[in-house]
Amino acid sequence: MEAYLDNSATTCCYPEVRDIVIKTMMEDYGNPSSMHLKGVEAERYLKQSAAAIARTMRVQEKDIYFTSGGTESNNWALMGTALANRRSGRHIVTSSIEHPAVSAPLEALEEQGFTVTRLGVQRDGSISLAELEAAITEETILVSIMYVNNEIGTVQPISEIGQLIKKKNPRTLFHVDAIQAYGKYRIYPKSMKIDLLSASGHKIHGPKGVGFLYIGEKVKIHPMILGGGQQKGMRSGTDNVPGAAGLGLAAELMYKNLDAYIEHMKALRHQLSAGLSGIENVIIHGQDEEESAPYILNASFMGIRSEVLLHTLEDRGIYVSAGSACSSHKRAGSPTLTAIGCSKAEMESAVRFSFSESTTEEEIEYTLQVLKEVIPALRKYTRR
Amino acid sequence: MFQSFLIKYAEIGIKGKNRFLFEDALVRHIVRTLKKVDGTFRVTKEMGRIFVFTEGDFDYDGTIDALKTVFGIAGICPVMILEDQGYDALAAAVENYMKTMYPEEKKTFKVAARRANKKYPLDSMELNMELGGVILDACPNLTVDVHNPDIYLTVEVRDKIYLYSEIIPGPGGMPVGTNGSAMLLLSGGIDSPVAGYMISKRGVSIDAVYFHAPPYTSERAKQKVVDLAKEIAVYTGPIRLHVVNFTDIQLAIYEKCPHEELTIIMRRYMMKIAQYFAEKTGALGLITGESIGQVASQTMHSLYCTDAACTIPVFRPLIGMDKQEIVDISEKIGTYETSILPFEDCCTIFVAKHPVTKPVLKTIERSERKLDDVIDELMKTALETTEVIRVEG
Repeated sequence: MEAYLDNSATTCCYPEVRDIVIKTMMEDYGNPSSMHLKGVEAERYLKQSAAAIARTMRVQEKDIYFTSGGTESNNWALMGTALANRRSGRHIVTSSIEHPAVSAPLEALEEQGFTVTRLGVQRDGSISLAELEAAITEETILVSIMYVNNEIGTVQPISEIGQLIKKKNPRTLFHVDAIQAYGKYRIYPKSMKIDLLSASGHKIHGPKGVGFLYIGEKVKIHPMILGGGQQKGMRSGTDNVPGAAGLGLAAELMYKNLDAYIEHMKALRHQLSAGLSGIENVIIHGQDEEESAPYILNASFMGIRSEVLLHTLEDRGIYVSAGSACSSHKRAGSPTLTAIGCSKAEMESAVRFSFSESTTEEEIEYTLQVLKEVIPALRKYTRR
Repeated sequence: MFQSFLIKYAEIGIKGKNRFLFEDALVRHIVRTLKKVDGTFRVTKEMGRIFVFTEGDFDYDGTIDALKTVFGIAGICPVMILEDQGYDALAAAVENYMKTMYPEEKKTFKVAARRANKKYPLDSMELNMELGGVILDACPNLTVDVHNPDIYLTVEVRDKIYLYSEIIPGPGGMPVGTNGSAMLLLSGGIDSPVAGYMISKRGVSIDAVYFHAPPYTSERAKQKVVDLAKEIAVYTGPIRLHVVNFTDIQLAIYEKCPHEELTIIMRRYMMKIAQYFAEKTGALGLITGESIGQVASQTMHSLYCTDAACTIPVFRPLIGMDKQEIVDISEKIGTYETSILPFEDCCTIFVAKHPVTKPVLKTIERSERKLDDVIDELMKTALETTEVIRVEG
């Protein structure tokens, strides 16, 4: 049996998405910038896709910009607004558990003279609204907070955060890294007071190498990629028609089934956490079941190094990640787990399970079975 | 401007009656290596010298880089070959050559003409003087120094005329395969690839053993070792990489033997396994990347114990080197970047907090006796399940 439980790293593409990607590469392969019919046909895909995405968030089609993925969206949102608004202030507020695609550009901005306040988080990963309110000043041009944490699945109260920011300083922009949330939560930027929102295609059964940045109408932002003037001059580069078409369709399909999806995820997470409670010395990180993103579960299997457990599970066809796939190239402990106050032992043994709609109860059952079987053997050979 | 290369080799020249064996091997390796380079090449052995001729457009830098990986090459001289169209044409060609190669910088030069074609109207001495005068007139930045010149321009007059002045250093050593073969214990670290490179440089062909410990080491750790083998195979030629599943042996040692002796005992079994594959493939020795005192398992006492585990010679070319010296070589040969990728190898997983640094062979052997009831079977399984991967550079 195979159980792919690493859907927060990436997902399998929807067959419908695959078909539209192929179609836009083989049949309607024109360049939207071309004057002729082939170009017009290709442009139609971009518009349809932007419109579909816009509908899911109740925003306007013209405010959706396609990018090369979540990392570019985050970089652009942060660098582009910092550059455009630096005369109004040089202060940025963020949390201490952001993805490196947010924290690294912010570090770069710090080197250029911006000041960054990083809000601490509680044991469950959530920020404190009072602390946020205190951090925002007249000088604050931007707040960047992720919707769902990629490692432990903590959900931040985005709507409350949005209202709070605008109450404290109406000129402060609010950027949301929604790469682990878009397609899985109903996100309405206008009512939630979100000015910029980043999303990625391959986390929602779309293609890799494509994402989007929603930019609210009145937001001042500089383009970061200059060139042929595509996407109203805001993001140059030949339009990625197959990617955009695939992303739009994937978003549409995700939202069409949203309620059923959420129910399914909740059931799976409950099944897994209930099963884990039957194994000794397992610590589940993040929020309680009702609050947490239902498709991510991060747990420490005390006394077993996460890599070893990962490879043992891999041997049985079960794919999980050790910490976060994006950060497993580095030796340093995960910043998220550090921020929520995990001990070194907890960090070294943390494993993330993440689900998608194709995950089944049988797969979870199988995973629990294998865990119960291998854990005692692995614990026998702990590093002494 | 260059379409040919003269290959200089050092030690082959002194090999007496076996010389042709070394030369033929060198030609073979050059041909094999140049297959990877864009261009059409012809490699010839004539008058005791090896030439690489090219036809049409080719990747010049790629050719030089490839030749720099062939052991046995001491130097690579890019050669300009001219048809003999009389002295005036030669003088014009020499002038053009010097102007192109040394346009501005102040330098000294010397012309060294060699007239093999005795029918040529000017003899060597005359050529030296005449061509020297032409260069002096044409290149104000160049002056003559016959004793210690910066530029040593060779003009060989044969059926054609060969002009060359640059010698690009090759790796030196001797052609691979002219000196038997050895079995390299290859880990994912910095040292063992360098050790393999150094022994291979002396003409030894190489096969390798890697100890894989799933699930404690990952597929990526194994891939890293395959990649390292690929990187040294650029120099050594194809390597048969033996991937031994070592997990059960390691776990047995862990379970039954004193923890501070784990690494030594583990290494002793590694040597035994490596010796098995060495004997099986006809290799005449083992190669390790050990350097005295680098870690607990490489103290003199530890080396004494590991050495006693096998009966064939163990070559340790890094034995007297400091870490930085080893790092320098690994950077030079291009294995460093891969070596420092952060994947666990089987040596780092079960290390004791305070491993013995002065193990005593008798004690170690006594500890190993605790494995008596299981080790033969475990060794047998490990040897039987070993995967052999053929790796090419």
